[in-house]
This record gives sequence, structure tokens and C-alpha cells, in this order.
Amino acid sequence: MKALRDTWLVYSRAMMLNVKQPVWLVVMLIQPLYFLIFFAPLLNSFDDVPGGMPGFESGAMETFVPGLIIMMALFGSTFVGFGLIAELRQGVIERMRVTPVSRVALLIGRTLSTVTTTLVQALILVVLASPLGGLTIYWPGVFLMFGIIVLTSFMLGALSYGVAIVLKSEDTLAPTLNTLVQPVMLLSGIMLPMALAPSWLQNVANFNPFYYAVEAARALFAGELESDFVWQAALFIGGLAVLLVVWASRKFARAVA
Amino acid sequence: MLIETKGLKKVFKSRGKEVEAVRGVDLSVKEGEIFGLLGPNGAGKTTTMRMLSTLIEPSEGHASVCGHDLASDQAGVRRDIGYVGQEGGTWGEVTAREELIMQGRLYGMSKKTAARRAATVLEAFQLTEFADRNIKTYSGGQKRRLDISLGIMHEPKLLFLDEPTTGLDPQSRAHMWDEVRALRERGTAVFLTTHYLDEADALCDRLAIIDHGEIVAEGTPTALKKEVAGDVVAIGVNERHDEARAMLDAKDFVREVEAGEPDPATGTAVMRLYVDDGSTALPELLRALDGAGIAAASIELHRPSLDDVFLKQTGRSLREEES
Repeated sequence: MKALRDTWLVYSRAMMLNVKQPVWLVVMLIQPLYFLIFFAPLLNSFDDVPGGMPGFESGAMETFVPGLIIMMALFGSTFVGFGLIAELRQGVIERMRVTPVSRVALLIGRTLSTVTTTLVQALILVVLASPLGGLTIYWPGVFLMFGIIVLTSFMLGALSYGVAIVLKSEDTLAPTLNTLVQPVMLLSGIMLPMALAPSWLQNVANFNPFYYAVEAARALFAGELESDFVWQAALFIGGLAVLLVVWASRKFARAVA
Repeated sequence: MLIETKGLKKVFKSRGKEVEAVRGVDLSVKEGEIFGLLGPNGAGKTTTMRMLSTLIEPSEGHASVCGHDLASDQAGVRRDIGYVGQEGGTWGEVTAREELIMQGRLYGMSKKTAARRAATVLEAFQLTEFADRNIKTYSGGQKRRLDISLGIMHEPKLLFLDEPTTGLDPQSRAHMWDEVRALRERGTAVFLTTHYLDEADALCDRLAIIDHGEIVAEGTPTALKKEVAGDVVAIGVNERHDEARAMLDAKDFVREVEAGEPDPATGTAVMRLYVDDGSTALPELLRALDGAGIAAASIELHRPSLDDVFLKQTGRSLREEES
């Protein structure tokens, strides 16, 4: 009960700070919009290839947009640790750690605020993608895809906060997170489906949980709710999320700022 | 006793090397007093405070804080203490009122109770006027007052202040001393760290001097200074030097006399007399000289400072460390 109340308190404080600085919402949306406007049109010609491009069976935009949304969730959540470092430096985390507040709540409350902002961004992007990319939206699938986004964002938020509290410096946080996230992104088929990959690359991608997240998002967007990718993504990302939350909560409890 | 520690120790591991930041600290803090931990940078002040406020775990030793065992009842300790770190603990686009209410709620208050208490605290620290402005617009002194307000939002029995006046201008510093004294008047004990000699001397009821992770002296500022040397009275006489010296040395409150050579130009020789209490010794000494018909050419009372205490215990001057 106390942990729930504390989580709500930490969450509402983080959300209040977010709402007071709405500029981040715009900043995080700009990059995917660039991709949507300046990159996505390149793919439209794939629809005219006789026999179709592998991986683009449900249409170019229908394949690209779900990947783009996952990419936004990935970048939007991976770098939230920067805000935490600023708070560490100002003694905010230390002040809260001296109160009887639940240690787990300090992490989960913040991570949930990351999830909320990511969902808002994803929703805006879906709505914008419809006229800009000229694609029809299958809402039941999109709502299930939001479930995948929640798990992805939760997992990456926890990872980012955990790494931030260990490193305590922006200078090392950026390269560390980039090193972790870039290969994961490339191996997930976000930009181009992994179906185009040579078999060795495909084999490597099979070990990447985000590959399943991206494919699940595509399947759900196309209305294939019963696709195997959906439960696989939920299982792999959800499992990783639990592990990372446990790890990061421990770091929060013992943090020496 | 609000705090009692026994052999408190902290060892940090850094790049495979072990660094003993605090090596066995024993100290005690009483109810309602201002207790200072004085020492140079890197002496282990902050580490000791962080251990006592549950931020880091001691490597060895025991402590009880506000009647709770530090190792087994951290939740109990956290309920009864307030803590204000060097960085303060607030930042940016939040208002003082928002932060205070949040702080109250983190201690389990309802929204209503927290809002009421926040208004009281804002008033007490003269922050009502700025209560609904973003903290980033605050001056150094205002920010520091807010930091302390946050620390006492839940009316703790004991407040930890880590270097409360570092970086403040002299006026804000004097205000801060007043705030700390006001806390004591309201019954809150204060445990503070400082590397300022004058702050330890003027503000603290009792203090412990820490160096290289060890307590080298503990007591009231007056007792600590007395222990070192007592007061020194320097009297200059122009004539009958030896006679004056012998006469004053015979007084039973004079512990020791150091005679100086007469100045060739003026003929004044300055004697340094070590006495327990300079303020009562001065009139007696003057009367004695007067009775013998010897005129004093100059007289000066030198009271030992905490720096003399530090110097005696560690062989170094804290003043030099600062510069």
C-alpha cells in the first residue's frame, strides 16, 4: 500500500516537472517526423516492385511506421537518465532517499512517467502518420501495440535510470547508452525489415528482443493479432523489464551520490 | 542521547584500493543541542553524516540515532531525522510550496496537512513572498532557507546540516546562524559539519574535531580551548623587569611566565603570562603592578582559538588548510 502511494507521489512529481516543460514533447517528436517526411517516401516505390519486397508484404508505410514508433519509444526512454543525473547533482535524489519513501517507488514512479510521455508521443505520431503517410489505422491492433510500447519504455527507462545512477556523469552516460542501444536498434529491423538481411544477420537478430518488438508492432498494425511475434515480444521485453527494474531499484536503494 | 556511535567506520573501495574515510568514530549528541563536526576537507565529516542519516552503510561499528538502531531500523531513523545536504536538494522549475508539500507527503502527511504545514514553514523562514515562484529564480540565501525548510517539514527531533554556510555571503551566513539557533529554541537538535573555525566556535554548543577520519577532540568550544593553553596575558613594563616578573609569577593563578627581552629603543619588555581565565586575571595583575608602583606600558589578552586546539591535536593549522 505504502509502496503504491509512494510510487504515485514520485510519479506525480515527475509528471509535474514534465508538464512544466512541454518543449521535450516537441523535441522528441521532431526526429520521427523527419523520418516520416524525408525518409518514408523513399520506401513507397517498394510497393511497385514486381513480386513485392521481402518484409514489406503489408505495404511500405504499414511496415515502416510501426518500426518508427518503436524507435521513438527506444530513444525517448533510453536517455531519460540525463534528467536523473541533474537531479543527483542537485541533491534531489539524496533528499528523497533520507525520507521514509519506498526505495522501489523512487525508480518505478519515475519510470512510469517516462512510459506516460512515450505513450503520448506514440499516440500523436500514430495520428499524424495517418494523413502524412497515407495509411489506414487499425485501432485494436494499435492499442495492443501500445502494450508493447509500455513494456519497451518501462524496460529502457529502468535501464537508463540504473546506468545513470551508477555512472553519475553525463560524459560517460551518453557513450555508454549509445553503445548499448545502437546495435540493438540496427539489429531490430526498425528502418528496413530483417527479412532483407543475409541469414547470419537474421540469426543474430533472433537474439534481440527488440526484433520481436518491432515485428510484433508491424503484425499488430496489420491486424494480425494472433501473430507469434506478439506473445514473444511481450514475454522477452516483459521479462527483461522485470530484471532491469529489480537491478535498477537496488542501485537506487544503495546509490552514493 | 540523540546520537551515540561506537567505532563507526567506513571503507570505500576505489579502483581496487581501499580507502578508510572514517576510522572508528565515537561521539554522542544530546537532545536539543547544536553539535558541530569540525575538520578540514576530506577529514570524513560528510561521510560520517551520511552514515548517520542512512545514506550510506557503515563498514563497521554501531550507532543509535533518535533511539533507533542504525543498522536494523533505518525506517525509524528516517522518520525522526531531517537532512539537508550540501547541494540542498531542490532544483529548477518547481515552486517552494510544491516541493514542501511533496516533502510532507513523502513523510506520510495528507495533502491538506502538508499544505498547512508548508504555509507555517514558509512563514517561519520568510519565504511566503516567494512561495509560488520557481526555485531557479531564488537567491543563494533564499534557496538555503528553502533547503532547511524542507529538512524540518516533518518536525524532526534532529536535523543534519552538511556545511550549511559554505558559499554564502557574510550576511546570509549570519542569518543562517540565527536560523540554526532558532531551531534549537524550538527544541530541534542540530548536527552540522563545518570547516569554519568561527562557525564552530560561535554556533555550536558542543563539537568534535575530526581529522583523517578520527575524532581528535570533543567538548564545548570553551572547554576545548581551555584544555589547550588557557588564556595568555601579555604585559609590557618599562622598568624593574625582573622584579615585576618574579612578583607576578608568584600569583597562584599564573601557570607560567615567558619573559621577553627589553626593546632597545623603548625599554619595554613584554612578558607572556599563561593563566586559566584571562578576564579575572587581568584586574588582579594590574592591581599587583600598581601596588608595587610599576606602571604597565601595554596590556593584551589573547584567548586561544579552536585553531590552537586543532594545531595541538594534529600538528597542523586548519587556517592554513583552508587557504
